[in-house]
Amino acid sequence: MRNTAMNMVHKLAARDERVLYIGSDPGAGTLRAMSKEFPKRHLIEGISEAHIIGMSAGLAMEGFVPYVNTIATFLTRRCYEQVAVDLCLHNLPVRLIANGGGLVYAPLGPTHQAIEDIAIMRALPNMTVVCPCDADEAARMMDKTLDWTGPIYIRLGKGGDAVVSKAEHGFEIGKAILMRPPGDVLMVTTGIMLQRAIAAADLLAAQGVRAGILHMHTVKPLDTEALLQAIRGIKLVATLEEHVPSGGLGSAVAETLIDKLGSGLPAMLRLSLPDRFMHNYGSQDSLLKKHGLAPNAIATSIEHALAASRTSAPQLHST
Amino acid sequence: MIQISPHAEAALTCTLDERSLYLRRLVLGSVRSAGRGHVGPALSLIEMVRVLYDDILRIDPNNPRDPERDRAILSKGHGCLALYALLADRGFFPLSELDGFCGSDSILGGHPEYGMVPGVEASTGALGHGLSIGVGLALAARMRERNYRTFVLLGDGEINEGSVWEAAMGAAKHGLDNLVAMIDYNKLQSYGPTDYVLPLEPLADKWRSFGFAVQELNGHDVGALRTVLKQVPAVPGKPTAIICHTVKGKGLPAAESNADWHHKNKLSDSELDAIRVAVGDF
Repeated sequence: MRNTAMNMVHKLAARDERVLYIGSDPGAGTLRAMSKEFPKRHLIEGISEAHIIGMSAGLAMEGFVPYVNTIATFLTRRCYEQVAVDLCLHNLPVRLIANGGGLVYAPLGPTHQAIEDIAIMRALPNMTVVCPCDADEAARMMDKTLDWTGPIYIRLGKGGDAVVSKAEHGFEIGKAILMRPPGDVLMVTTGIMLQRAIAAADLLAAQGVRAGILHMHTVKPLDTEALLQAIRGIKLVATLEEHVPSGGLGSAVAETLIDKLGSGLPAMLRLSLPDRFMHNYGSQDSLLKKHGLAPNAIATSIEHALAASRTSAPQLHST
Repeated sequence: MIQISPHAEAALTCTLDERSLYLRRLVLGSVRSAGRGHVGPALSLIEMVRVLYDDILRIDPNNPRDPERDRAILSKGHGCLALYALLADRGFFPLSELDGFCGSDSILGGHPEYGMVPGVEASTGALGHGLSIGVGLALAARMRERNYRTFVLLGDGEINEGSVWEAAMGAAKHGLDNLVAMIDYNKLQSYGPTDYVLPLEPLADKWRSFGFAVQELNGHDVGALRTVLKQVPAVPGKPTAIICHTVKGKGLPAAESNADWHHKNKLSDSELDAIRVAVGDF
């Protein structure tokens, strides 16, 4: 996914002279081909994220479309005020390409694990937050970033994630993709949780539970219409995210349902990482598994929640 | 032992001409109307802003977004009263707007906002942002082969921020001789003396070592400001830093070098009388 997104910057640069790549201190050879073809538009500016965001704002004020790239935690925590003031307040078209969203850098520990990035980026007015699920979708997503108004936070996975998106789904920022029609359950996913949701849905189907999947690749602006459409007649909404429980996809979905429905809410299950820093290493997969986000654990959690929703006789939304 | 710069001594003792007094009357009129304002930080800055807007910047108040205009960013956004006075005086917006300072429907907030105030290039107020934005503007000029220049006005307390020095390295890396940083070195930040809060000296050496061509002057000396600003870049191929030795609250004896006047709420009758004595009726 990462290489695909990077290569798309090069392709976009070939198409449009406004496009710049701005890296802090990325891996050796990052976008080498672009640096050769467009040396003036391939900028490596040092480990100075606060400055780089401000500089990108200045370039965007003059009509450029900078694609700023570094590790997700440094692109969010380190320079949050610059992102808020220089980019969001001015509503400038700077694209933040965040390597290693979620637990990609699991072995490198909590300084490198972006587990609250969606929450803090989503909180900012004018910010758009996009989490593609695989390389193919990343390519389609990047294509749509060129002329989008305002800043975009792009949360990338590590690469090598199974390709589950399909060309016929297309990609529009802010438009969710219904991957499976809703049944008893609707799973709402973002980023690479989609692959796990698909596997969990298969496990649930084997148990006779029909689970739909709504892929919310854009967490902000959230596709309210698609969400309200997809929950019609379901018994349980389950949100899946590689993120702390506060402020991410689960929060966004819950907020939207409360705001739009008020009463008659469907039962809801928010599956996420716990509200704490990870002190285990290993791999992205092993940490997701440890925190109940592997397919079989997701399926089990959903079965339990479904059973609980039946016994507690909640008011079900069935418009 | 740090030597006191002769420019700093000159800043303390120099007198102000009628235009400088007039601009102070505009600033203090806004403070009187609003019942609040950063007085000291604006008064130290007035001559720097005055010379920029009167003599240096290629700008057109009737076309404030002219692509060829010079860019100026007030990175120490809390000094905005000085900027507002100049912009109003130069016709970017009516002088009457100054009376609405900080009002609920005013275009003039306690920090300047892009899109709200004609002539304001960037929203500032959070410190340590302007120089990076200026690097972006200057780099864009270079890449687009445009001739506009970018001036960034920084506070001395502001340059406590590490991001300023990141930006300085970036400016030097790109050899941005179309970029000028002007430091309002009044030596007094919100809490107290810069030497106490976080010592900046040797300040000129710092900027030099970060790759800037450095000039120092009395920041209330209109003639010196004109001379130096007309000669930028000081060294071709390098960004310029102009260390402007100033006095916080300059022109109001009660406010000069007095941290209590960093931000002022309602002005008392006796303070208003003292202001009239210092700058004239307003």
